[in-house]
Amino acid sequence: MSTITVPLKRRAPVRPARVLLHVFLAGTALAWLAPLLWAVFSALRPYSETSTKGYVSWPDRLSLANFTNAFTQSDMAHYFGNTLLIAVPAVLLTLFLSSCVAFYVSRFDFRLNLALLLVFTAGNLLPQQVIITPLYRLYLLTDLPGITASGKLYDSALGLVLIHVAFQSGFCAFVLSNYMRSLPHELTEAALVDGASVWRLYWQITLPLCRPAMAALATLLSIWIYNDFFWALVLISTGENMPITSALNNLSGQYFTDPNLVAAGALLTAIPTLVVYFALQRQFVSGLTLGSAKG
Amino acid sequence: MTTETTTPAPRAADEPPAGATPRAKRRASGHLRLLTRRDRVTLGLMAGVPTVLHVLLVWVTALASIALAFTTWDGIGFDSIKWVGLDNFRQLFADNPQFWPAVEHNVIWFAVLIVIPTPFGLFLAVQLDKRIRFSRVYQTAYFLPVVISMACIGFVWQLVYNPDTGLINSLIGANRPGHYIDWIGDPDLNLWAVLVAASWRHTGYMMILYLAGLKSVDPSLREAAALDGANEWQTFRGVIFPTLRPTNTVVLVVTIIEALRAFDLVFVFNKGAQGTELLSILVTNNIIGESSRIGYGSAIAVVLLVISLAVIIPYLIATFRKERRA
Repeated sequence: MSTITVPLKRRAPVRPARVLLHVFLAGTALAWLAPLLWAVFSALRPYSETSTKGYVSWPDRLSLANFTNAFTQSDMAHYFGNTLLIAVPAVLLTLFLSSCVAFYVSRFDFRLNLALLLVFTAGNLLPQQVIITPLYRLYLLTDLPGITASGKLYDSALGLVLIHVAFQSGFCAFVLSNYMRSLPHELTEAALVDGASVWRLYWQITLPLCRPAMAALATLLSIWIYNDFFWALVLISTGENMPITSALNNLSGQYFTDPNLVAAGALLTAIPTLVVYFALQRQFVSGLTLGSAKG
Repeated sequence: MTTETTTPAPRAADEPPAGATPRAKRRASGHLRLLTRRDRVTLGLMAGVPTVLHVLLVWVTALASIALAFTTWDGIGFDSIKWVGLDNFRQLFADNPQFWPAVEHNVIWFAVLIVIPTPFGLFLAVQLDKRIRFSRVYQTAYFLPVVISMACIGFVWQLVYNPDTGLINSLIGANRPGHYIDWIGDPDLNLWAVLVAASWRHTGYMMILYLAGLKSVDPSLREAAALDGANEWQTFRGVIFPTLRPTNTVVLVVTIIEALRAFDLVFVFNKGAQGTELLSILVTNNIIGESSRIGYGSAIAVVLLVISLAVIIPYLIATFRKERRA
């Protein structure tokens, strides 16, 4: 029965319900993009024009001048650099450490694994503000003369990398240990009998098999860490040291003097995430639903 | 990658689902016997280093929040820590004019997210699950706000809400003196204005979670319902929605956590000024504000911690128990 109706349905010319559905979905999509398109539209127009004609008006001139001005005036390249300096080590370290824990938990210790995973995952679900007051004090009290420019964990890229790694590794360890447990046990067992070291077992046998999960997590982590606003807001005091997402708040007060520049500046910070998202959409979505316990 | 779309990854097919634990345990001890000393050290470091880092920065600080909530401390020397019992909480509950509004706003935040964008996200997911054309394009549009940082979203919506130059006031002619509608400044309006932006983002997130849940619904269920002559709504109510139970649990937990975590958007909007106070904002303002009171700030954090753990722990225990059975 179903084998007959399905092709029939497909060939049916125009079904009003389907057309209506498409109109609805397209309308919703447009409404969803509207705030972003409005920002793009404002950013493309010179301030002089919008201040005389109003923002809802037909544009005489569209240019990228606001984007270039926002980028150069506020020295945005510097803040993008800061982000890179924090995000790249944080993503790599998180993946490395959480895969180590996952490897241990999924291959070796079966009594400890639930407790350990529970601790990691629960920690990752906590609101950041729960731990910030003692963390802030801890960072102020930790002296690292000669290691960080500030001489403390506070106000340093190292401090941000550490808290990102500590916080995000909970989620990654959970996802990766589930993934590793689905790999056949015989693989590692045979290698171990052959006298391979634990490190080889992890690095040369297990990790290559986890590539899809690692790719998904790397995509997610990059976007999350890039988008983080809170840690740097509290744990960085020098405006110069802020990563781009957190710096935006200061920059908008100092350099972005009109709404058109604010729009351009905000959109510029969204570009890297959008590029990653469009290039790696599949990884992103699969990562998000892989361990959908993430808040 | 499609098999892992629901939370627990499937186990290898060659392992029998029940009664696998004793075998696995024997295997594990078998593993351990083969290990050299160096291997044991490697393993210890592999498990130990990440655990120490995580426990020190997340759990020790969370416990420190609890301990500090019963003290006053100027933050300079450890000997200036003084035990004050429940004083901080007493002050917080009785004297802080921002505390109860903040609690109320966190509750409203959750209520709005669960009542409007969550069902809407489910609705969109059900529509997109019908194998229609351009499904990917629609998905991308709805999901776009989830990818962009909350801070950036805050700035984008400010452009929409600005009393002088914003889209809404320009369209309805409220951007002239005497007619202003101050979406961001007016304490009766601003929470709802922020919640529109938060819901805008939450819808896409929920859509993706439900879409993954719907992919795992057995197609034969749908066929059976169709054969019984059930219409679309009946199929959804009677067949599809009940099978989405695991997804619903995840959605509920994610939404509660999102409501407790809400911060960036409000901070960018108006720094949590009157009308948009949240618990997270109170904690943060206590640190970066002029008069930092460590014990008092920790007391607010403890309120947040207790609510969070009341949700997180039962959820995780249920998840892990299910996994152990699987």
